[in-house]
Amino acid sequence: MIDRKWIGHQVGQSTLAVERGRLRFFAKAIGEADPIYVDQAAAQAAGYADLPAPPTFLFAAELDSNSMFGLLDQMGIALGRVLHGEQGFEYFEPVVAGDTVVVTSRVKDIYDKRGGALEFLETESTAVNQRGATVAKMRGVTVVRNG
Amino acid sequence: MTAPTYDSVEVGDALPQLALPPVDRTTLALFAGASGDHNPAHIDIDVARASGMPDVFAQGMLGMAWLGRLLTGWAPQHALRRFDVRFSGITHLGNAIACTGRVAEKLIHNGETCVRVEVSSANQFGQVKIVGTALIALP
Repeated sequence: MIDRKWIGHQVGQSTLAVERGRLRFFAKAIGEADPIYVDQAAAQAAGYADLPAPPTFLFAAELDSNSMFGLLDQMGIALGRVLHGEQGFEYFEPVVAGDTVVVTSRVKDIYDKRGGALEFLETESTAVNQRGATVAKMRGVTVVRNG
Repeated sequence: MTAPTYDSVEVGDALPQLALPPVDRTTLALFAGASGDHNPAHIDIDVARASGMPDVFAQGMLGMAWLGRLLTGWAPQHALRRFDVRFSGITHLGNAIACTGRVAEKLIHNGETCVRVEVSSANQFGQVKIVGTALIALP
């Protein structure tokens, strides 16, 4: 069982420099062919300052920094036992190539079902850009399979 | 395609479906690199088997990214206000995912005319993998 002392734990900040090359790679990986995600001129014609980061891209911040998997490791949870349960995003401003986004997270809740066979780790995050604007809030639920 | 407007859409309208090719190992490897999710359970069959899975399987966020494509293929991304999903099944190699959505509600949110869209993804056998909702502002 995950120690409930982790509820409220502040996860370290993750800084993600949003780069054009990474966004093009992400677009390729998800099969996104819309030119606004790969071609600067098309992005600008659509009203974006540069290539926009697709809706789920910011999830990369805490993967790149290893803060999310690092947290699981600190809690003694093997990666092979986890599944992604839920994910949510709330958007306030576009994120585009050239932005630097800092993501700050906390453990919102930990609970279990089926007599502890499944545990749920809920986190909430805020993403702020280099101008100090909150660009998105994220919420995630990680499911841990015990036994 | 003309971008939808608040007056042009009706509750029940379907978004154009997004059909993906069957999941293969290359897709999983590319997404691992691009997304930053280096969990080996998605790219290394030995690790997947050691954790009790028959083979590598898709990252949940790959499926959510595909649903994101469904949404941004219908309305511009800057109109997206919220996007929430629940992962209800593992997407395995060979699964050909179809992403679908429909307008579930027209509403005013924070003074903006918006639609709530229900989305889901399922494989070729009709097994649902992700269900979710999005809130999109429409002019």
